[in-house]
Amino acid sequence: MITAEFDYVAPGSLDGALHALADGGEDAKALAGGHSLLPLMKLRFAAPALLVDLRNVPGLRSIEQENGGWRIGALTRHADLQAREDLGVVAQAAALIADQQVRNRGTIGGSLAHGDPASDLPAVLLALEGAVTVRGRAGTREIAASDLFEDYLTTAIAAGEILTDVRIPALAGWGHAYEKFTRRAEDWAMVGVCALVRRADDGTCADVRVAFTNMGSTPLRATATEQALRGGPLDAESIGRAAEQAAEGTEPPADLNATADYKRHLARVLTRRALQQAAGT
Amino acid sequence: MSSKVPIRLSVNGRVRELDVEPRLLLVHLLRDQLGLTGTHVGCDTSNCGACTVHLDGEAVKSCTVLAVQADGTKVTTIEGLAHGDELHPLQEAFWEDHALQCGYCTPGMIMAAADLLARNPDPSEEEIRHGLEGNLCRCTGYHNIVKAVQDAAEVMHGSAVADRQEVSV
Ligand SMILES: Cc1cc2nc3c(=O)[nH]c(=O)nc-3n(C[C@H](O)[C@H](O)[C@H](O)COP(=O)(O)OP(=O)(O)OC[C@H]3O[C@@H](n4cnc5c(N)ncnc54)[C@H](O)[C@@H]3O)c2cc1C
Ligand code: FES
Ligand code: FES
Repeated sequence: MITAEFDYVAPGSLDGALHALADGGEDAKALAGGHSLLPLMKLRFAAPALLVDLRNVPGLRSIEQENGGWRIGALTRHADLQAREDLGVVAQAAALIADQQVRNRGTIGGSLAHGDPASDLPAVLLALEGAVTVRGRAGTREIAASDLFEDYLTTAIAAGEILTDVRIPALAGWGHAYEKFTRRAEDWAMVGVCALVRRADDGTCADVRVAFTNMGSTPLRATATEQALRGGPLDAESIGRAAEQAAEGTEPPADLNATADYKRHLARVLTRRALQQAAGT
Repeated sequence: MSSKVPIRLSVNGRVRELDVEPRLLLVHLLRDQLGLTGTHVGCDTSNCGACTVHLDGEAVKSCTVLAVQADGTKVTTIEGLAHGDELHPLQEAFWEDHALQCGYCTPGMIMAAADLLARNPDPSEEEIRHGLEGNLCRCTGYHNIVKAVQDAAEVMHGSAVADRQEVSV
């Protein structure tokens, strides 16, 4: 299938790209890996008049350590992330996105800017309590993961702004897991769960975070489960009990693959599995 | 009409300079303008992998890459995989192991398998199945495809061709 017509530029600097986006106004879109945008354009669900390709903007594809955490450039591809075990759960989740061909093109910046609740990296960023840096013509600002995802395909990134880096804490001493359930290989998650656990010296749960992929119109934190575990024992029984509360307060949209009830069931099962793996029980 | 954009890329080792419409997909550039019809189109949803080619040595779905995005890159298609008359070990193994029936998925399957073997020269059966999940075969079934990739891996291991540079021009 062929997209509608559009104009195309590939500026060689961030300022050039911001300029082009501003000139293009509402009908202009940034292009990163194109693996969310081009399928939509081919189906004519999207028809931007101008694509501003970021591929020639220098410095956006990098993975660096910074202040005890990581700074990852927006154009860093899923394939770059999957190869970096030291990135922990980010690498683990990236390796589960689609297939190798998609991972060779899709970028972390595109995944986060697109705001699809079925994408895997948004829930991971939310669980890690990471942040993104965005540049607009008015300047640079930081958006915390908890403020980034506003609604289905809607983020706090304004038109004309470009996401430049993703910041995540290293979380030394935390256990982690990303569990993704799909009906077929290469599919999007029916439900995905990111779990992070820190054990205290006495073996109890010092801290815990659980976030969901595809359980609502944005990625979500499983606060009831987190509260049930925090400060208490971290054995199979308490994890099982806490996981029973995983779907509390969620309204997952039913789709072709699963009813809302089935997604809630998956959320409970996958939360238990992910917590057990993260806690090493 | 949107204005054409000049691009310069290497396709199977030969430099090409063209002016293209921004919306031209890489797969259509290869098939319709360069006559490289070994690369197939099997879906509208970026799922099937029949269009898989290498961009700078890595497998991509050329139905989901704009030709303009390939500016400055090295593209390798199935036509560029053999060394003259000598088939690539993957091509040889697909033939020997009957890893194709209609052959529609085969070029994409082989290009994806070449990427897999460049990342992991000695994959287990499980890793091959996982590594090829972006490619669908509707008639052979995957059994012989997996076998062919295993056999090719063994041959390539022997001659240490598993270098991604080797397969990407
Ligand atoms: C067959 C298939 C299966 C897939 N399965 C999965 C899956 O299982 N899990 C998953 O997480 N994803 C999946 N994806 C999506 C894939 O990961 C996308 O690559 C990713 O979501 C978007 O990244 P991109 O770089 O391709 O973004 P693009 O498609 O280039 O852009 C997406 C959107 O973000 C905007 N944008 C991109 N970069 C920036 C930036 N730096 N600043 C501001 N705005 C920006 C664009 O304007 C556009 O609106 C799948 C895709 C395909 C084709
Ligand atoms: S034609 Fe099916 S993935 Fe490209
Ligand atoms: S050989 Fe026919 S689709 Fe694979």
